[in-house]
Amino acid sequence: MTDRTGQTPLVEMRDICISFGGIRAVDHVTVDLYPGEVVGLLGHNGAGKSTLIKVLSGAYRADSGDVLINGEKATIENPRDARRYNIETIYQTLALADNLDASANLFLGRELVSPRGFLDDAAMEAETRKIMARLNPNFRKFSEPVSALSGGQRQSVAIARAVYFNARILIMDEPTAALGPHETQMVAELIQELKAEGIGIFLIEHDIHAVMDLCDRAVVMKNGQRVGTVNVAEVTDEDILGMIILGKKPPQAV
Amino acid sequence: MSQPPVTTQPDSQRDGPVARFLRATEMDTRLLGMIGALLLIWVGFHLYGVFFKGMGAFLTPRNLWNLSVQTASIGIMATGMVLVIVTRNIDLSVGSILGLCAIMMGVMQARILPEWLGLGHPAIWIISIVFGLAIGAAIGAFQGFLIAYGRIPSFIVTLGGLLVWRGVAFMVASGQTISPLDPTFALLGGGPYGAVGEKGSWIIGLLACAAILYLIWSGRVRRAKHGFPQRPVWADVVLAGIGCGVSLGAVLLVNAYPWPIGIVTQYAAAHGITVPPEGLFISHGFAIPVLILIAVAILMTILATRTRFGRYVFAMGGNPDAAELSGINTRFMTVKIFALMGLLAALSAVVSSARLNSATNALGTLDELYVIASAVIGGTSLSGGVGTIYGAILGALVMQSLQTGMVLIGFDAAIQQVVVGSVLVLAVFLDIAYRRRSK
Repeated sequence: MTDRTGQTPLVEMRDICISFGGIRAVDHVTVDLYPGEVVGLLGHNGAGKSTLIKVLSGAYRADSGDVLINGEKATIENPRDARRYNIETIYQTLALADNLDASANLFLGRELVSPRGFLDDAAMEAETRKIMARLNPNFRKFSEPVSALSGGQRQSVAIARAVYFNARILIMDEPTAALGPHETQMVAELIQELKAEGIGIFLIEHDIHAVMDLCDRAVVMKNGQRVGTVNVAEVTDEDILGMIILGKKPPQAV
Repeated sequence: MSQPPVTTQPDSQRDGPVARFLRATEMDTRLLGMIGALLLIWVGFHLYGVFFKGMGAFLTPRNLWNLSVQTASIGIMATGMVLVIVTRNIDLSVGSILGLCAIMMGVMQARILPEWLGLGHPAIWIISIVFGLAIGAAIGAFQGFLIAYGRIPSFIVTLGGLLVWRGVAFMVASGQTISPLDPTFALLGGGPYGAVGEKGSWIIGLLACAAILYLIWSGRVRRAKHGFPQRPVWADVVLAGIGCGVSLGAVLLVNAYPWPIGIVTQYAAAHGITVPPEGLFISHGFAIPVLILIAVAILMTILATRTRFGRYVFAMGGNPDAAELSGINTRFMTVKIFALMGLLAALSAVVSSARLNSATNALGTLDELYVIASAVIGGTSLSGGVGTIYGAILGALVMQSLQTGMVLIGFDAAIQQVVVGSVLVLAVFLDIAYRRRSK
């Protein structure tokens, strides 16, 4: 594992708390992420992973705690703020407008416009064709609403949207849940590629093997609390399973 | 469904010539279906007249001209209702906003401004309209604010508005009818003087042709620039031919409807013209309210399809969460959409009160239902995300054609209501069936 001492983390979420109607969904959780690193977030359904990460993407606001980007305190009150910090999110639900086509979804909220201020659909489609050629060369349905696409094609549109705008911090919430083996492999390769470019990635994932393959560190959550953080190279999948299921912290964890 | 004229060699692939024509021209088959239904209604009423009344009164320049004027008010509001319904909202208050704005503008131009500026001052109609539009937009924005930031369902807010604004309209003028209105203002409602005449109509028709040719040409240029596949040249030629044909046909139609004899005599006397024994043929040309509707339709289509605002409207309708997560300020968008709806209701108030040359408290009663029905018949989906401006205007035209047609052949009001209501339900059923099949 690379030695991170002295390096400023890309993201630091300190002591984050969020409650919904008296239930502590996230309870004093601290996580960090370095450039070029993939940090897995694991835990049962309802452990608080998605909630925690939505604080970073601007969908929720924390009741208490700080978010630091490059060591400086960041105010993220809505998804627009998150985008300003180059935080891009691939949501589990994909967050696509089903009635719009791929390029309209890819550029949603950040449309390319002509000098007179009108949408430049042709330019957006051309850009979409370029990035899709890289991510999913078989993609052809550029002028159909995304409701007509398969699960994998929809996923690639959501991924393209996150990748296209030069993300520094990428949040992937179960990116391979709807995918077949071939497409899952493509996502894995993409993660390696993005990592090599120095992008920090938070990966929410249920599949332990995917975590062991892709992640540098893993943060395990249970009942809104952080069980521990481990360097993936130093533990076995049984150790991680024990953390998820029993909340048992192995000696290597911090 | 109507089938367009086929102009090409009918062989090669499995598809029939009609299917290939549709694919090559990228024409919306729903649109063609609606135009077909409209023509069916027109021909049906005309033939009914021919066979049972001894005279077909529907397909005459006079009736079609009147039909266009009567469609204007509902059509203008229907364009805004499309955006409201696309974002999964509804506006039940447009008829009452129309009534209130008409009264406000009436009071302004007939009571307040003449005292300040003197009766017949040329600025009166402009100030009144700006005032009315501002009130409409403000009411809409207020309702939108309650919906977006107060989280009150739009159905409730605008149902309240339906009662509130009608009541306010009564209070403003103590229930009186305000008449007559400013003479220039009254021209915006149509009538012989409120139309642009023969020459003006030709200019508008030719400008429309030029615009159609430019759009088709610039579309080809844009596709070429990015190396996208082009439509076949013949398809573009056919599209240009249809577009220009419809524009010039409309000019011929409105120019074929002459002023009535009484108006001609009056006009001739006022301008020192001697009327020859065979009479003077002075064409109406396009009515001003129809030109307002066309301008609104063009602007709203640009807004809905070519701007970020329009893109966000459809994104909010397709997936409100996705729109929010994409950084769209969906609440402020809702305020703007309702403000626009209020503005259009005020514009309809200009057209309707000008047409009557009076502002009455009851103006626009039940309009909300016709406006919503127009948008829905025109293919706007109440579950959000789907709808077109031209569809809503065609929907308004279908509704108005039904009503006019039934009046012409002498159906009484009770049957009219039954028919219009049934057509609404039938149209939505056909639309649902069509969408399911085309999936």
